[in-house]
Amino acid sequence: MRKAFTPLTILAAAMFAYAPIMIARAPYESTMGLVQKIFYFHVPSWFAMFTAVFVCGIQSAIFLFKRRPSADRLAFAAGEIAVLFGFMGLVTGPLWGRKSWGVWWQWDARLTMALLVQLTFIGYLLVRKYGGPGSDKLAAAMAIFGMFNVPFVYMSVNIWRTIHPPTTVIPKLPAAMGVPFWFCVAAFMLLCLLLLTMRAQLEHRRAALDALYLEQE
Amino acid sequence: MSGDFDSVRVVGVSRHFGRRRALSTISLTARSGEIVGLLGPNGAGKSTLIGVLATLVAPSSGEVRYGDRPVRELGPELRHHIGLLAHELHLYPELSARQNLTFFAGLYGLDRQEIVDRALERAGIVDRADDPLSNFSRGMRQRVALERALLHRPRLVLFDEPFTGLDDQAVGLVADRLRVLAADGCIVFMATHDLDLADGLVTRVALVRSGKLVSDEPADADLRARYRELVRQA
Amino acid sequence: MFRRVALLVLRKDVAIEVKSLEVVSTTLFFAVSCVLVFAFALVRDGSVVVDAAAGILWIAIAFSGTLALGRTFERERYAETLRALLLAPAPRAAIYVGKLLGIVLLLGVAELMLVPLVSLLFSTPFFARPLLFVGLLLTGTVGFAAVGTLFAAMLVRSRTRDIMLPILLYPITVPVIIAGVRGTAALLAETPDEPAALMWIALLASFDVVFVTLALWTFEPLMTE
Repeated sequence: MRKAFTPLTILAAAMFAYAPIMIARAPYESTMGLVQKIFYFHVPSWFAMFTAVFVCGIQSAIFLFKRRPSADRLAFAAGEIAVLFGFMGLVTGPLWGRKSWGVWWQWDARLTMALLVQLTFIGYLLVRKYGGPGSDKLAAAMAIFGMFNVPFVYMSVNIWRTIHPPTTVIPKLPAAMGVPFWFCVAAFMLLCLLLLTMRAQLEHRRAALDALYLEQE
Repeated sequence: MSGDFDSVRVVGVSRHFGRRRALSTISLTARSGEIVGLLGPNGAGKSTLIGVLATLVAPSSGEVRYGDRPVRELGPELRHHIGLLAHELHLYPELSARQNLTFFAGLYGLDRQEIVDRALERAGIVDRADDPLSNFSRGMRQRVALERALLHRPRLVLFDEPFTGLDDQAVGLVADRLRVLAADGCIVFMATHDLDLADGLVTRVALVRSGKLVSDEPADADLRARYRELVRQA
Repeated sequence: MFRRVALLVLRKDVAIEVKSLEVVSTTLFFAVSCVLVFAFALVRDGSVVVDAAAGILWIAIAFSGTLALGRTFERERYAETLRALLLAPAPRAAIYVGKLLGIVLLLGVAELMLVPLVSLLFSTPFFARPLLFVGLLLTGTVGFAAVGTLFAAMLVRSRTRDIMLPILLYPITVPVIIAGVRGTAALLAETPDEPAALMWIALLASFDVVFVTLALWTFEPLMTE
């Protein structure tokens, strides 16, 4: 990863530079007009968030059962990145909603679910910061429970109410929209991967520094 | 009972909490019949070491071997052979001494009433056995706590500052009890910062400071001077 | 050994509670205050917002449940008895099961008082379909307590446990609240919607299975410092 990091960063930068051009060229959607184009950033940010959520949950389980500190650091990095992409989704969602539903916030199923998962991982970060000694294990439990909670949140909120455009629209996208969409998904996933690596690297360095301090004492 | 042992070996145990290192590669061995005094100033890592020995704290690296077998091989059965008495009493103040002891005896699978009766007798509170513990003085509670820790006749006896808040007479009783335990073949660890109490009781002294084992030697007359110097350095 | 230790812990908790009545009485009082506070928000001109009773009932259960969890584990923290429990020569998950049963029992007692109270104040026929309603209450309470017991037990070691418990607990137990409220509301409709209530009970039951299993699986490594 270390060798590939710089080229991949350049690639990601290039992709994000080109993405607006692709999105601008994509056809207008008849009913939504310009606002529909948020979709090219909105949906990929959720993809990235849920990737980070699962990385966080799985690494936390590894940390808990194999007692591997590096897994804990990766989980921490993933938790932060999940919240970051979650915010992107939560900001872009209402922008769309304002046009589509006429209000900023709708208690729509997927939006609510995203908010709840987001809350779980903000909770995760709060525990890490303010939980005191032993909070790494507490946070790991939160991440594992949060990960397993996703389907339950999804089901309960979904039955509760649904007015969101169904996810089934994605496979049916016309090629003119599909290509820029999947291009953006790839760009976001790459960004997610890069941020994750960078953030985890920072944690690894911090741990190494701690070890050096301990050595000194 | 299975899983019994007559030595405990701490092998390169470290434990850190973030940037704070509570224990730093500690190695020591204790055999049956020994009373090992873990001496050191407050915050030296004594309690963490006791926690590791009790299987309550997992070391960051290294391991503890009970009679040459590590914790993960022994499973929950191992805890039959460990008794812990800490500064905190490990008793429910709302319940009576008898209820407390009966409950903990049950946890260890001991159903017979005699066990509890004998423990109450040893603690010297037979006539007040059914009073809530919250009505007892610190010394009386500590005596019940001692009996609680020893109900299941553990092989490894861990004492963490057992004398705080006790009067001289109670200290004498606890000390006598410790000697009897060691004579019966127990392995006793006693963590304390109070040298006067350890002096003459322990058979071996492990000096701990800032998580490091500074020395590990048979108790002798020189102990006092060495300890004083150690505390001054800290 | 597992069952024996779990039951011993439960019996001990009951014995303490019967003696002091502290958690039961404070939890009940708190639950009643909750109901009143929400009543002021949701009752206008003497009539209640649709489905408010179902919501108020479950909010009262969740809030007072958090309080009860905190108090119950404060009791284990006071003389560090939780550590003594963890030293019992049984699988540590047995301690979890014992505490979980105690919390469920405690919340059950609170619900025994809460349900008639809400029913009386808002004239809601909770017991139009008694079996389904009890099913909802039971599966919901177990789900809430399953997550809560694990988190409260872990937080015994944490200095910031008072604030951390709700932060951890509510996001995870939102499905329980949604299912509880919607299921109850389905039963309270003009013509009780039994299939909907059953579906919510099924969701709660699967939540219970998943999270009790998870808790049993993670309890030992989580409780070892």
